[in-house]
Amino acid sequence: MGEAGSDRQPGNLGQQISAQPPASVPDEAPLLVLEHVTKWFGAVHALSDGSIELRAGEVHALVGENGAGKSTLVKILAGVHKPDSGRITLDGKTLTLHGPAEAGAVGIAVIYQEPTLFPDISVAENVFIGRQPLRSGRRINWPAMNEVVNEVLDRLGVHLDVSTLARGLSVADQQIVEIAKALSFSARVIIMDEPTAALSNAEVERLFEVIEALRAQGAAVLFISHRLADVFRTCQRVTVMRDGRFVMSDAIGNLTVESIIRAMVGRDISTLYPKTEGEPGAEVLRVEHLTREGVFTDVSFSVRAGEIVALSGLMGAGRSEVARAIFGIDDRDAGKVTVNGATIPRRSPTASMAAGVGFVPEDRRQQGLVMDMAIDHNIALASLSRLSNRRIIRRSAESKLAADWAVRLRLKYGRLKDSANTLSGGNQQKTVLAKWLARQPSLLIVDEPTRGIDVGTKAEVHRLLDEVAHQGVAVLMISSELPEVLGMADRVLVLREGRIAAEFSKEEADEASIMRAATSQLVRGAARQ
Amino acid sequence: MTTRSISAAGSLRIAKAFLRAREVSILIVILVVFGATTIYNHSFADPLSVQQLLVGASVMMMLAVGETLVIITRNVDLSIGSVLGLSAYVVGDLFAHNPNLNILLAILAGTGVGLFCGIVNGAIVTVVRVPSLVVTLGTLYVIRGIDAIVVNGLQINPSSIPSSFINLGYETIIGIPWIFIIATVLVLIVGYAMRTFRPARDLYAIGSDPAAALLAGIPARRRVFFTFVLSGAIAGFAGALWLAEFATVSSVAGLGYELLVVAAVVVGGVAIFGGSGTVLGAALGAILLNTINQALVAARISAFWDEALAGALLITAIAFDRYVFLRRERALRVRLAARVNQ
Repeated sequence: MGEAGSDRQPGNLGQQISAQPPASVPDEAPLLVLEHVTKWFGAVHALSDGSIELRAGEVHALVGENGAGKSTLVKILAGVHKPDSGRITLDGKTLTLHGPAEAGAVGIAVIYQEPTLFPDISVAENVFIGRQPLRSGRRINWPAMNEVVNEVLDRLGVHLDVSTLARGLSVADQQIVEIAKALSFSARVIIMDEPTAALSNAEVERLFEVIEALRAQGAAVLFISHRLADVFRTCQRVTVMRDGRFVMSDAIGNLTVESIIRAMVGRDISTLYPKTEGEPGAEVLRVEHLTREGVFTDVSFSVRAGEIVALSGLMGAGRSEVARAIFGIDDRDAGKVTVNGATIPRRSPTASMAAGVGFVPEDRRQQGLVMDMAIDHNIALASLSRLSNRRIIRRSAESKLAADWAVRLRLKYGRLKDSANTLSGGNQQKTVLAKWLARQPSLLIVDEPTRGIDVGTKAEVHRLLDEVAHQGVAVLMISSELPEVLGMADRVLVLREGRIAAEFSKEEADEASIMRAATSQLVRGAARQ
Repeated sequence: MTTRSISAAGSLRIAKAFLRAREVSILIVILVVFGATTIYNHSFADPLSVQQLLVGASVMMMLAVGETLVIITRNVDLSIGSVLGLSAYVVGDLFAHNPNLNILLAILAGTGVGLFCGIVNGAIVTVVRVPSLVVTLGTLYVIRGIDAIVVNGLQINPSSIPSSFINLGYETIIGIPWIFIIATVLVLIVGYAMRTFRPARDLYAIGSDPAAALLAGIPARRRVFFTFVLSGAIAGFAGALWLAEFATVSSVAGLGYELLVVAAVVVGGVAIFGGSGTVLGAALGAILLNTINQALVAARISAFWDEALAGALLITAIAFDRYVFLRRERALRVRLAARVNQ
């Protein structure tokens, strides 16, 4: 073992923090404070008032809807992003981080939603990458490193072969390795972003034991979760964020599930949503027992002509994955998809398109548009066979089609020959919509149709979707924005962990019931016996 | 790395891991090719023929070492063939003008030429942030062009190179050619370093997941720059020894070597998208390709088959890796599903 083993002993977490008052003492000085932190990404205001106060020896929950700014806040604490304004203090001293390595050095460890292990190197080395224990001649002391990591894992009550590659580990084990990393840093602040999202019940139990041990040793744990049941089980205090702002913070004893949900969603549905009533027609899409192992299971529903059906749920619940499998981008392991009575073969976007399906993907820059190609070519891209004569594209027909749709969608552009790059986000989205509408689809799947779009264009996209539905197109809309779901959808399907958890008619649906179905604290609580 | 498993795992596991190691399977393939050829043509196993085999593989082994460092970081260096050619000519030219030049100084000069080229490659890749495939494809032609201008249609002849230098490529010690010993020592040193020093371990992390490397605070750009400098320096060093082996050099020395080396490295188990592989595996890959080349000669099969075979081997190696990877991913997904549904 030698000197390297002992001076890198991660077991000193307890001693180091024992200088702090014990955990049970209330109202102690906060360990880490964020005050009015803001962050812009280009024109997007990701965080407009990030404020939170962490005390030693507490597990502090941070909750909020998708897009409330939680992840941005985490990345600022991790040193990944620099805040535009505001103040961070650690132990009462102002903290400025220049990169993730510095955050680690001051004792802030982040366990991301997606584990960030290196698949090709061993478990032990993942824990110590860049700071492996050394022996003479700056050589890595492998036995010492493996032994230290073994000890840390023992303390966590986990048995992993530390010399295996990280590639084969389950998500739960990967998270354990991330926690071991935090321990080996002697981290005083441990941030966990959705740690329970991918875990089974037994693994969640194990994680809670670990969190409790960390808390008892005096660490401050920031626990970010959509699962309110988990929050009530492990956390002492809760901070709620909404639309990039701090909303409230209180001790868990003063809160209920209802009061937290109210704080998370409490806003008026604006008049952005011009949805008009219409009589749905014949069934267009029928999905039966659709399953992709490990992603979603036994998903069945239908969409009728003239109807807008929203697929709601938390991030990672499998919404986009279901849409991709319906359209045929991803494979499916079981189940059947029918469009207008015709069965769609698996993994064939071509067949889906021929059957009249249009698909507006979530990431328009990567998947929806060819950014360096001209606007008119982008619009015509999905209609080329109709615009060609003996496989040769008729340019005049192409231009005419593009010009028509540009007018109908009130596209704001310089020239149609400019590249799609030159358009604003909202107009890029309209271009993608135009591309599919030009094919006159009978089913339109839109994934996050208004993400990152300014308010005015957003309303136009909504009006457009309403208009399309009125013309008898069946619309399947995936959206993380509850107001959008409530404002636009005739029916709402809620996915949770890859299964349909609930279905609401327009009349039944409200924010609280959707959030409850999506987070479902009752089901998980019961299953954990 | 799997062979480093802890004692508790038992000898069966170690044996399994040993057989699964790419280095061992390549060694077996080399022996099979060697054995089969010897059965067909007994003179293939003559000491002189084996020596020739080892000499022929040496330069490729050295180039494979540098290329491995670069590919592990999810980059590629296509300029090494041109660097080797330029270095070989510069060293030859130095000898032509200074017949009494110290051999070590000459090798150092060749290494310096390569080092400079490596600095240029590394700087463009990491400072200007152009993909290394494009950068080194560009420098492949630029350096070859400079080489042609320097050479100016001339040729260095064996007569102008001191025999003590040429001996490096021919002389043997206890039956092993010097040039092969030099290449082997280089492989062992770099192989040891890749396991033993923190910056070397960072290379695996960078190639394994660049985004995670950023989150872990690894100075990725500095490390990548360094690998290009090393790759260039090794190519320059190999250029000097190439001259010792062939004793004559024109402007086409090392032409096309870069792709053969990439093929050898990938056959040797270095993942083309970075993150895994060893220097030893890459060197064995180089020996394998060279053994096949010589075996075809010994079996009197047309040399045209040589490149086709090298290509087929490359595709087989990559397809096999991909197959194993997909199977493992699928198994993981099913295991996860079973766990979620439990």
